[in-house]
Amino acid sequence: MTDSKYFTTTKKGEIFELKAELNSDKKEKKKEAVKKVIASMTVGKDVSALFPDVVNCMQTDNLELKKLVYLYLMNYAKSQPDMAIMAVNTFVKDCEDPNPLIRALAVRTMGCIRVDKITEYLCEPLRKCLKDEDPYVRKTAAVCVAKLHDINAQLVEDQGFLDTLKDLISDSNPMVVANAVAALSEIAESHPSSNLLDLNPQSINKLLTALNECTEWGQIFILDCLANYMPKDDREAQSICERVTPRLSHANSAVVLSAVKVLMKFMEMLSKDLDYYGTLLKKLAPPLVTLLSAEPELQYVALRNINLIVQKRPEILKHEMKVFFVKYNDPIYVKLEKLDIMIRLASQANIAQVLAELKEYATEVDVDFVRKAVRAIGRCAIKVEQSAERCVSTLLDLIQTKVNYVVQEAIVVIKDIFRKYPNKYESVIATLCENLDSLDEPEARAAMIWIVGEYAERIDNADELLESFLEGFHDESTQVQLQLLTAIVKLFLKKPTETQELVQQVLSLATQDSDNPDLRDRGYIYWRLLSTDPVAAKEVVLAEKPLISEETDLIEPTLLDELICYIGTLASVYHKPPSAFVEGSRGVVHKSLPPRTGSSESAESPDAAPSAGQAAEQPAVIPAQGDLLGDLLNLDLGPPVSGPPLAASSVQMGAVDLLGGGLDSLMGDESEGLRSDVGGSPAMGGSGFTAPGPAAPAAMGAPLGSGLGDLFDLTGGVGTLSGSYVAPKTVWLPAMKAKGLEISGTFSRQVGSICMDLVLTNKALQVMSDFAIQFNRNSFGLAPAAPLQVHAPLAPNQSVEISLPLNTVGSVMKMDPLNNLQVAVKNNIDVFYFSTLYPLHILFVEDGKMERQMFLATWKDIPNENEAQFQIKDCSLNADAVSSKLQGSNIFTIAKRNVEGQDMLYQSLKLTNGIWVLAELRIQPSNPSFTLSLKCRAPEVSQYVYQAYDAILKN
Amino acid sequence: MCFQQKMIHSLFLINCSGDIFLEKHWKSVVSQSVCDYFFEAQEKAIDVENVPPVISTPHHYLISIYRDKIFFVSVIQTEVPPLFVIEFLHRVADTFQDYFGECSETAIKDNVVIVYELLEEMLDNGFPLATESNILKELIKPPTILRSVVNSITGSSNVGDTLPTGQLSNIPWRRAGVKYTNNEAYFDVIEEIDAIIDKSGSTVFAEIQGVIDSCIKLSGMPDLSLSFMNPRLLDDVSFHPCIRFKRWESERVLSFIPPDGNFRLISYRVSSQNLVAIPVYVKHLISFKENSSSGRFDVTIGPKQNMGKTVEGVVMTVHMPKAVLNMNLTATQGSYTFDPVTKVLAWDVGKITPQKLPNLKGIVNLQSGAPKPEENPSLNIQFKIQQLAISGLKVNRLDMYGEKYKPFKGVKYITKAGKFQVRT
Repeated sequence: MTDSKYFTTTKKGEIFELKAELNSDKKEKKKEAVKKVIASMTVGKDVSALFPDVVNCMQTDNLELKKLVYLYLMNYAKSQPDMAIMAVNTFVKDCEDPNPLIRALAVRTMGCIRVDKITEYLCEPLRKCLKDEDPYVRKTAAVCVAKLHDINAQLVEDQGFLDTLKDLISDSNPMVVANAVAALSEIAESHPSSNLLDLNPQSINKLLTALNECTEWGQIFILDCLANYMPKDDREAQSICERVTPRLSHANSAVVLSAVKVLMKFMEMLSKDLDYYGTLLKKLAPPLVTLLSAEPELQYVALRNINLIVQKRPEILKHEMKVFFVKYNDPIYVKLEKLDIMIRLASQANIAQVLAELKEYATEVDVDFVRKAVRAIGRCAIKVEQSAERCVSTLLDLIQTKVNYVVQEAIVVIKDIFRKYPNKYESVIATLCENLDSLDEPEARAAMIWIVGEYAERIDNADELLESFLEGFHDESTQVQLQLLTAIVKLFLKKPTETQELVQQVLSLATQDSDNPDLRDRGYIYWRLLSTDPVAAKEVVLAEKPLISEETDLIEPTLLDELICYIGTLASVYHKPPSAFVEGSRGVVHKSLPPRTGSSESAESPDAAPSAGQAAEQPAVIPAQGDLLGDLLNLDLGPPVSGPPLAASSVQMGAVDLLGGGLDSLMGDESEGLRSDVGGSPAMGGSGFTAPGPAAPAAMGAPLGSGLGDLFDLTGGVGTLSGSYVAPKTVWLPAMKAKGLEISGTFSRQVGSICMDLVLTNKALQVMSDFAIQFNRNSFGLAPAAPLQVHAPLAPNQSVEISLPLNTVGSVMKMDPLNNLQVAVKNNIDVFYFSTLYPLHILFVEDGKMERQMFLATWKDIPNENEAQFQIKDCSLNADAVSSKLQGSNIFTIAKRNVEGQDMLYQSLKLTNGIWVLAELRIQPSNPSFTLSLKCRAPEVSQYVYQAYDAILKN
Repeated sequence: MCFQQKMIHSLFLINCSGDIFLEKHWKSVVSQSVCDYFFEAQEKAIDVENVPPVISTPHHYLISIYRDKIFFVSVIQTEVPPLFVIEFLHRVADTFQDYFGECSETAIKDNVVIVYELLEEMLDNGFPLATESNILKELIKPPTILRSVVNSITGSSNVGDTLPTGQLSNIPWRRAGVKYTNNEAYFDVIEEIDAIIDKSGSTVFAEIQGVIDSCIKLSGMPDLSLSFMNPRLLDDVSFHPCIRFKRWESERVLSFIPPDGNFRLISYRVSSQNLVAIPVYVKHLISFKENSSSGRFDVTIGPKQNMGKTVEGVVMTVHMPKAVLNMNLTATQGSYTFDPVTKVLAWDVGKITPQKLPNLKGIVNLQSGAPKPEENPSLNIQFKIQQLAISGLKVNRLDMYGEKYKPFKGVKYITKAGKFQVRT
């Protein structure tokens, strides 16, 4: 007898029939009927119409029947809230049942019924269950608090459940502790500012004890919670690590990965000289490798995480190359990930093996995989210089196979190899040219054209080759068109006599017959350049190109550090911070690795040093935002940069001056060969990241987007409480983008003066000096009121804190976003550009309090369409606290009224440029969301005023 | 804004033909239409094995596993550890297997109420509640023919009405009051060789994935210690939670109070190349002639260092290139099949006797006009060797404390091919 019989009711009047059976007197029949209802539910049939009948079956002493009814209730209570109330009495009664199983079942089910009305009945039973003598009930009740918090957070706080939950962390039963931790973490996630999981050495100790005793799932919750703790010194970090390492041998891979996260994070605090550091490194490799023998789905997640770990600490897995070799029956998603990691681990020691494998893969069936394998060979050549020759010959072998997509892929990577090792492998050009006709993908065509243009002087029939492409110019993709234009101009500059006609032709195709603005602009620039000053043209177009970097698709160090804190989560699978993609993640707190506290700090900074060194070797770094550069170049930045390694860059600068502007597409030209790299092959150094350079720091500088900024930096802001709210410092200019100079900062306002508080850190290997700073024109005329004073040269690994006074008398230009500030910083090495967003409240002046009468008049006077409404969510302050908090940042309360239990605050503020903003803030005592209405004659500032409000109130 | 939902929101079970045959929602009901994103990915992947395990949709994430021809697709809404979800889904599949003897669509449909009760018991608000088979079985009795007959006569149920004792003890994996008339403890040391052998016969990569699966039927609360002759082999090990880690660290002895019944005690990995002996060799010649629409196929399998044991259960499978139309082969031993649709050649060899090596030889016919295949197929070999752990791992002794009776003890060794591929 099986359950499939429950599916075989007659179609006609099914619901009706069930209804009759549910109301039967016979217990057995009732039970069968409920089972039928459940069976229908499992296949997604709507049986909600039976709600009252099923609920009627609830009062029974048959446990199975009770459970079935509860199952049903959980599914449908939300759609039938009024009916759900009918069940409440039984729930309350069941919470008192002598059988702990029933008590737990009742409190658990009640929590699952997401109906507001039910919550008030839930409080008393829940309170009792949280203190139940039976740990099974307590542990279930702990989870129920989290559920209730979802439905009504305020209620949970008012009823003091959070404190009870905190007490449960000290419970004698490890299962209860684990569930309490899980519940608290979940609540804390939606309330980042509340200090719920107040971790201190004592509570950490309790968690570590519970870790050994609770279930595997509990261990995951505890480990994830531990990862948020900040040990006070390296000794504490080490002792926690020691107690976490046994988890690496757990059979549950999620436990293993959570343990890895804790270790990776705390390892940051350990000195590399410590013996323990080496021991820990050794211990991390085997569990990671073991994850790769699990089911393919687990492997995939593990590989995505290993990809991060390998970037952060390549030494852990450097001897484990072979486990990443691809098996032919691996799923494709595993194959592609393994390939990526193989490249990251490739080194001189293992390159022969890796190449042999890659060559094997290049003959496999799956097209995507083969392409990636071919590309990987190119990446090996660029990464390991000693192998370049072998890689090139392998690629030539592959080209000989004449398999179309292999050939195209090979040509794309060979172009990068040329960039990396100029004047070394050009002998293969002839072979490449043979395959010209078979190229049908834009990327491969563009690569080939680049090669022909770049080496035009060595290819006898370069003009013929390029001419042949020109015939179908309009059918080509933009990428190819741009490349063709540049290549022909290069050819012309190299062999001017024979190719005049060709260059005329391409220039007119680009400028007259094309609808593409990029193409037209570039065409015009070349045209003008060639006609006014051919020498300059030569310097620009044939300028020495910056070297491309060895490592490719590296994740930016700051992002990498953040992602390391998210090992094992979705963020680690997508390699994006959670704030970037999780829905409703408004409250996500940015996590960061703890600073190293070891004794040998000055010699350390192991992560920044190699990359900074690498950056310093590059002759030029091209800022990604051309127009920013254009504007800033007109500013006087002191003596021009000089020195032999910078020759290329000063040539460029010169060229730029010559053009006077619109160098946008010229910059595009230089990076064109590089831009075509998207998709995994080597990109260039400075601006090779996919995100446009300055955009990243700008996003981080946004006071709202980053929430709290850095959890651990909170203490930094305490000292300045007397003035306006000061956001924690964020990194504006990462060292990677500025040859080792890292700039972080924030804005503050104290007694009428605005300051930009900066920390300059030298992460390069050379001393930095001669600092200067300039702002671009901006919306409120912000400008430095004094020169940037750095008294002594900045030695490697040294930081200096500077408070730069600002005024608002600079020239004004409206920016988008309004509070965008573009900054240029110069030192003895180069000039760097970044942009950041400043919080608007630094512009709120001290005399922003308006007269009451004046306020009323102005409020009426400003047209209604200028009014903007915003919600400030999750703020638990009362009206008076709000008022005094805002006053600290020069937002003045003019009047307070109480209307129907709501507090209304009327406020005013004035910006440095004299713009008045009037505000009405509505606070309901039971609702954590405030409503803010703003009226202003310049309504475009409203949004930024709201952001300032939000930031001030939440901190 | 949506409420925060930790962990699994809903679960859909989908069969290979794309029917959703079971859905379970732990909170509000999510429409089946969310699975369309999954079907889309499935279509793109062509092969069922290639469906990516994490798929993002505008409002949800779908994390799935593929087990026994069923997709377990979970719907989640916020940041959760994907491994957590995947591990849990595998645990669900394991539980079905354990309860119904197989994890199949029929078995699940036949026991849909138990399935529902199990799922409810295993997860509460996204927190796994009880996933240990011992505890679950006390809460919800597995179906047996006898019980359903008895139930239908007496009207009793399959739901336990007392709290499982193990749930809250410090040894949640064992239930109290276990009683057997025959007390037995069996250990199976199973080792699988994963290897890639290149064209010339040298080993590109080889490692051993070993497990010790136990079947323990002992009364009361036995406390066992298992020791090995050569524990140093085990330097990369994952343990069942019952094992006392400290004891292992200090003495290299596995000390534990076992769960009742079948469970995996440890799994381990031996990767050091010199410890991994490759028990078979393959001589192969597969070639396609230019422009002739035919090719040659000649494969011989022979035993290598097998330490005096017989290699048996040998099966070779080959995914032939798409251009292959059919194959005319002669096997000196065993039988072969070629599926012209999937292009899979399977040769069931059986036991290898060193005196007469098995050989499969003949002609490969290509589709006329098709170009000569670029790639040579990899050979996938399966085999078994009884009474041998290829790493050399040996159990020394098993001691029992805490109980007075004398149990019957047994250890069995077996070596198998895991992912064992020979490139040609």
